[in-house]
Amino acid sequence: MSQLIDRLLFFKKYHGKFANGHGVNTDESRAWEDVYRSRWESEKIVRSTHGVNCTGSCSWKIYVKSGLVTWETQQTDYPRTRPDMPNHEPRGCPRGASYSWYLYSSNRIRYPLVRKRLVELWREKRKALDAVTAWGAIQNDPVSRKSYQAQRGLGGFVRVSWEEANELIAAANIHTIKKWGPDRLVGFSPIPAMSMLSYAAGTRYLSLLGGTCLSFYDWYCDLPPASPQTFGDQTDVPESLDWYNSGYLLVWGSNVSMTRTPDAHFYTEARYRGAKSVVIAPDYVEVAKFADLWLHPRQGTDSALALAMAHVILREFYLERQVPYFQDYATRYTDLPFLVILESAANGQKPGRLLRAADLADERYQTTEADWKPLVWDHAQSCPAMPRGSAGFRWEKEGKWNLEPFDAVTGAPLTPALSLAESGEKATVLFPYFGGDGRFGLNEAEPVHARNVPVRSITLKTGEKLQCATVFDLMVAHYGLSADRAEWPDYESNVPGTPAWQEAITGVPRDRCLAVARGFARNAEATQGRSMVILGAGLNHWYNMDMTYRAILNMLMLCGCIGQNGGGWAHYVGQEKLRPSAGWGPVAFAGDWGGPPRRMNGTSFFYAHTDQWRYEQVTPQAQLSPLASAVKWPRTVLDCNIAAERMGWLPSAPQLAVNPLSLGKTARESGQDPASYVKEALLSGSATLACEDPDAPENWPRNMFVWRSNLLGASGKGHEYFMKHLLGAPSNVMNEDSEQRPEFAKWHEQAPEGKLDLLTTIDFRMSTTAMFSDVVLPTATWYEKSDLNTSDMHTFIHPLQAAVDPAWEARTDWSIFRGLAEAFQRLAQGHLAEETDVVLSPLQKDTPAELAQPYGGLDWQADQGGHVPGKTMPQIAVVTRRYDEVYDRYITLGPVLENKGNADHGLQWDTTEEVQELKQTHPSVSRKYPERSSLFKDTDAVETVLILAPETNGAVSARSWKSLSEKTGRDLSHRLGGREGDRVTFADIVIQPRQVINSPVWSGVSSTQEAYTANWLNVHEYVPWRTLTGRLQFYQDHPWLRDFGETFATYKPPIETYSTPEALGSAHDNGNPVISLNFLTPHQKWGIHSTYAENLIMLTLGRGGPVVWISEKDAERLEIVDNDWVEAFNRNGTLVARAVVSQRIPSGAAFMYHAAERTANVPGSEITGKRAGIHNSVTRVVMKPTHMVGGYAHLSWSFNYYGPVGSNRDEFIFLRKMNEVNWFDTDDKRLG
Amino acid sequence: MKIRAQIGKVLNLDKCIGCHTCSVTCKQVWTNRDGVEYAWFNNVESKPGVGFPQQWENQELWHGGWQLGKGESLRPKIGGKWRILSKIFANPNLPQLDDYYEPFDFDYAALQNEKSEQVVTSVRPYSRITGQVMDKIEKGPNWEESLGTEFKQRSRDYNFRNIEKEIYGQFENSFLMFLPRLCEHCLNPTCVASCPSGSIYKREEDGIVLVDQEKCRGWRMCVSGCPYKKIYYNWHTGKSEKCVFCYPRIESGQPTVCSETCVGRIRYLGVMLYDADKIETAAATKNPEDAYQEQLDLFLNPHDPAVIEQARRDGISEAWIEAAQRSPVYRMIKEWKIAFPLHPEYRTLPMVWYIPPLSPIQEAASAGSLETLNGIPDINSLRIPVQYLANMLTAGDEVPVKAALNCLLALRAYMRRFQIENVRDTTLLQTTGLSEQQIQDMYRLLAIANYEDRF
Repeated sequence: MSQLIDRLLFFKKYHGKFANGHGVNTDESRAWEDVYRSRWESEKIVRSTHGVNCTGSCSWKIYVKSGLVTWETQQTDYPRTRPDMPNHEPRGCPRGASYSWYLYSSNRIRYPLVRKRLVELWREKRKALDAVTAWGAIQNDPVSRKSYQAQRGLGGFVRVSWEEANELIAAANIHTIKKWGPDRLVGFSPIPAMSMLSYAAGTRYLSLLGGTCLSFYDWYCDLPPASPQTFGDQTDVPESLDWYNSGYLLVWGSNVSMTRTPDAHFYTEARYRGAKSVVIAPDYVEVAKFADLWLHPRQGTDSALALAMAHVILREFYLERQVPYFQDYATRYTDLPFLVILESAANGQKPGRLLRAADLADERYQTTEADWKPLVWDHAQSCPAMPRGSAGFRWEKEGKWNLEPFDAVTGAPLTPALSLAESGEKATVLFPYFGGDGRFGLNEAEPVHARNVPVRSITLKTGEKLQCATVFDLMVAHYGLSADRAEWPDYESNVPGTPAWQEAITGVPRDRCLAVARGFARNAEATQGRSMVILGAGLNHWYNMDMTYRAILNMLMLCGCIGQNGGGWAHYVGQEKLRPSAGWGPVAFAGDWGGPPRRMNGTSFFYAHTDQWRYEQVTPQAQLSPLASAVKWPRTVLDCNIAAERMGWLPSAPQLAVNPLSLGKTARESGQDPASYVKEALLSGSATLACEDPDAPENWPRNMFVWRSNLLGASGKGHEYFMKHLLGAPSNVMNEDSEQRPEFAKWHEQAPEGKLDLLTTIDFRMSTTAMFSDVVLPTATWYEKSDLNTSDMHTFIHPLQAAVDPAWEARTDWSIFRGLAEAFQRLAQGHLAEETDVVLSPLQKDTPAELAQPYGGLDWQADQGGHVPGKTMPQIAVVTRRYDEVYDRYITLGPVLENKGNADHGLQWDTTEEVQELKQTHPSVSRKYPERSSLFKDTDAVETVLILAPETNGAVSARSWKSLSEKTGRDLSHRLGGREGDRVTFADIVIQPRQVINSPVWSGVSSTQEAYTANWLNVHEYVPWRTLTGRLQFYQDHPWLRDFGETFATYKPPIETYSTPEALGSAHDNGNPVISLNFLTPHQKWGIHSTYAENLIMLTLGRGGPVVWISEKDAERLEIVDNDWVEAFNRNGTLVARAVVSQRIPSGAAFMYHAAERTANVPGSEITGKRAGIHNSVTRVVMKPTHMVGGYAHLSWSFNYYGPVGSNRDEFIFLRKMNEVNWFDTDDKRLG
Repeated sequence: MKIRAQIGKVLNLDKCIGCHTCSVTCKQVWTNRDGVEYAWFNNVESKPGVGFPQQWENQELWHGGWQLGKGESLRPKIGGKWRILSKIFANPNLPQLDDYYEPFDFDYAALQNEKSEQVVTSVRPYSRITGQVMDKIEKGPNWEESLGTEFKQRSRDYNFRNIEKEIYGQFENSFLMFLPRLCEHCLNPTCVASCPSGSIYKREEDGIVLVDQEKCRGWRMCVSGCPYKKIYYNWHTGKSEKCVFCYPRIESGQPTVCSETCVGRIRYLGVMLYDADKIETAAATKNPEDAYQEQLDLFLNPHDPAVIEQARRDGISEAWIEAAQRSPVYRMIKEWKIAFPLHPEYRTLPMVWYIPPLSPIQEAASAGSLETLNGIPDINSLRIPVQYLANMLTAGDEVPVKAALNCLLALRAYMRRFQIENVRDTTLLQTTGLSEQQIQDMYRLLAIANYEDRF
């Protein structure tokens, strides 16, 4: 009925009353209701997800109406778990729900853009010159080069055609390869798991050229170095569903309800299953609302709390009383029974390295790799014995790489002794103490503590008689307990290790520490290990993060929680689990055409090339154990890194100080093997490593690609140094060169500014990085392309799908790099063709090279030791580059997989069948390689990954299990779970999320019945951990870690970074009070890193731009009220934001949630008069030398596995209220 | 007796992670358009705090809801019909833009300008209402997120009444809870009564309250009348709009957007049968503290044959009767009594109910409090003052709130014993008055919480 008729029926519209006449029924027309019904309608709903580094990996419905994406809601059709567990739907979060805003927002990049000044130069030069020569002409003229570099960040973009953009970039790449070398091309793109083929597009292009791919997980400081140290694994963790199995959940430095939004329900629901929960965080963090108990240790001091908890556990569950489950677990699965040689030191002995088979005279021990076979004390036979499963067995083909409790020599049952107490022999052993030195969180005590430890005397084959102790006995002593019960401190005394001792450091009451330690261990005892710690960035982003992590892991290992469902460590920082990795690897790094690829650790790269090392105040020497000698230590942090590069521990980029193509050419022309030619050149000094002179123009990175990333606006620690040195853009650096001078690197008085010739960013939105780039290319959004997405948090594999075509001129990443390859191949003609490249690679983890340096390592340059590539030096490989075939190779799957098979994590298998099938299903479109299979389209690449990976192809998985079975000598094929005939294709995952197939590439298995947990295979199938002992490592015996006093987890307070000298604070007085605060950058609520940070919906729910959280107490001192403009500054730079004043924040710390963009709502700095920076403007990365160790079993480098991490939470700022806020306005204020 | 059916809703605040996904999906679907930029049919508030719009709970300020007039008859707090009409051009009880926030946007396109700047570019906010550059964003729909803003400001929170609140402002004694809010689709909606145009109605078939977009004349009396401030004036169309309980989805058997997209899985939908003839009596109860019980008494047992028979007579379909019988909402509200209405003292008989949240033990509680109740903390040691929750959910009566929290703790204690020792220890349930079967049902609904059980 129309409204008019309604009116006409005015007198009749009531047809009843109710509730004593309080209510009436009417009979009016409701036709208008169609208004909202039609708004709800949509034409189609497409499944996709968000390719963002959040670990979410959620399946979404994308709604399309009139050819446009309107909104998104979550899918709810995940395969079900078992009946007594919650299910996964509806995974998602508010950020994902706001994603469609980007597609048609004014921040969308619609066309290829080039900096105006650069395009003018380019067009001018192109009039007369071919593209490559034109680029060279711009670069050879310092004035023209500087003229566009100085414009970076200052706007001035013009729209160009794809053809022009591609030509410019390809010409720059060709010029750079010719003049400087292919490794001067670098690419940064993080976290492949979030959109793995989009990642692979760029790395495939770069790898075909010989360019450098930078790592990210370590650079982000999301990599916990404690994981490789303890497990020999990058990070493997339980899926979030497994939280539900836990009986005791410690949520420690991880705000799961905010940062793991789609997973959080498993945590809240576990409480109804009876799980107890303690939340440990310095602030009243969101997730605390779910805790039974909230502990708030002072930020950065958590390891003291964890050590004291383990002190209680050791005393009450190991010494006063033995728990059979714990004893058995410790003996079978940990290094606690292994023997450590004691070394003499002043006033006693100190723990040295593990006793190895090669140390003893017994002939039966003189096997291959005897250096890598550490020994235990066999209780029954009362003698040293060699257990199976250590690193030395891994690369033998005898099937003894397993944890079966048998003597590796005799095959007899082995009974390793945890303690040597029965020997009656004791020694005084010295342990370092660090708690008195640092910026805060101090508790002074003697720098060296002596304790009585049970030992056995053992005669080495050298005839030398030494004392050895077990790791267990040493650890008991290290934790402040000892062999003599009478010496145990009571919990109330301030002796390192006790609950009272930690209280003085952390502020956590001792009774709380005690209650949690007991509760945690009792639960583990009652449930066989179902105690879990969820931990994250709040702990891991500190300089001494490995100490904190290891202190917590120790609790878990002592309580037998690792490898048990509902137990273990649950570290979630970064979406690092790329489940079909073996299928993806060859595509991503062009391994199908040969290799090795050039892969570089991001932290060392940025430290060197943004010149942060020039400002270094921290020294290695100052951090050494009082028991170590500083004499042999390299002088500076950079020197440590250079030593590590020389010894093959870490990679280098660029690698050599000359163009490797010219070395290759010379060698070839002189008829020599290029590899030995380069080795000789290095030894003679005619060639040098680029790392020894990072500021020399020939060693600068020249062309950089950033895609799927906002390097400058999110992860670029030391933002202002990036601006100044790498880009030559306006910067807010307020720092001066350090007085330190490296001993291995050349010092240039004048620091270079503007190292990069070309910065190209590929994005769908105008991020901070895009704003500072020379070329910006528009990419497809996550609703406009096909790709794959996996996560640690669940075992499904998700598609990204095109709900609509890329809008405006956007292209998918796959098609962008394909276009660049095409332009490259075309323009390279006459410049580059078939070339010989020489590639240096470090001693790689999970290859036999990881056994290169059993006792530490020699620096061939400093020590004049043996000079063996792959042993004491990097490995040297010769690669033939076909620059004339870059495009044809990009779009075609190469022959290597047929010839050599496929490999991952040290396992190998044949994959000919799959390559043959691809040739039929995806025939090549290359004219040069018509007989091969195609990688032309993104969907070709997706299907190639899926068919090659064990996780998505049961037949391949069966072969990979066979490989592990052979290595371990144990038949593990049943772990495939009957899915040998199973396949997961793109068409399948488009219909419904599919669970991946179990594969031995990962340390756990899952099924519809049980959740995935890490290390499950190790505990339940006797597969060794990939560590030196093959077990969980409490003890680290590498000389560098020994010198750092980090054999065991210990307490090291936050370091002094010297960023806030008092003079700086007073030099910039604006009349308002100033104080220095610890500057913390936790993950935020309104974005995933910087993505969504400028999304209007998120800005609206946040506060519309950058904010800094401070406590009410500090606000009072600073005379700041909520929403005042404040400036935070230190030597590194300055930032401006509004203050959020909150009771939730502890006094003494400022929280600036990572990462707001600079692109919106950032005014000028009162101090520098320039546009203020972002959260990373006040940070600078300080590298920890212990993370540089390599060639040492589990401590070996591999991409994103081990290496220095970019910590930043030890940093301090000055904070104060601003008087004037400068917007640099010139225009009319009416914008809307 | 006159039986009506309504889709009711329960939100388990004990599971709410405060993620705002509900707000965003709702916003995207319903209000991302001109005139309602500032309108959030669904929003989530951090508590303690004054909320959105500011101080909405304080009816001394806004005069929303109902009050008992002379002779204890029920009338809107803003006044009866004649008073409303007399104020129609100058409504004094209307929140202004400042009480919400000035919606803003950024001129992002400027980042891609061809013009080179002297300084690094960064765009400024501008008002979506005036188009003028804003010097500073001063407010938002979620300004107090996670205890943002000084306690002094936030503690104007109406739920602190009768509480010595100062200690809760200390760092150590902080507490935080989230309160997601949407239209209550009340059984006794003041908005309907306040509308001079008669454009607001409650649908007979499902109880959804709607503003007829053709009839609305934009008088905004409903905005004042609604004590939850869940009707928003669309300044572009000149009409008022509100949460439509996603009727286009409900009509086709789908949960509301906010419910389905709730990542915390805290939202439950279900049919409630009630006696419409008793609405007035229930709403007009003399003592506000009785309002919760009065409303509870309106709800009818869908398993009772007499109720079923009457429901059929009143035109309720078999499908709806069946839905009422398997309604999770009914069990939580009526059987287990763990869910409560939001501010029943407003007398609107709201139909979105809440399970109160547990919280960590107090700073001052002894460490031993962790070990009571089979390892699960004791109700008396929890951090959020019960009075605070009672002020929010039961017009100040602590007894029912305590009973509900006790149920949650007993559930945990019972399940812990069962999971760890495989012992079904019913002594742990004695204080709840619930059977073992009911506790197991509660576990399934709250913990396993499958899609088909939630909706």
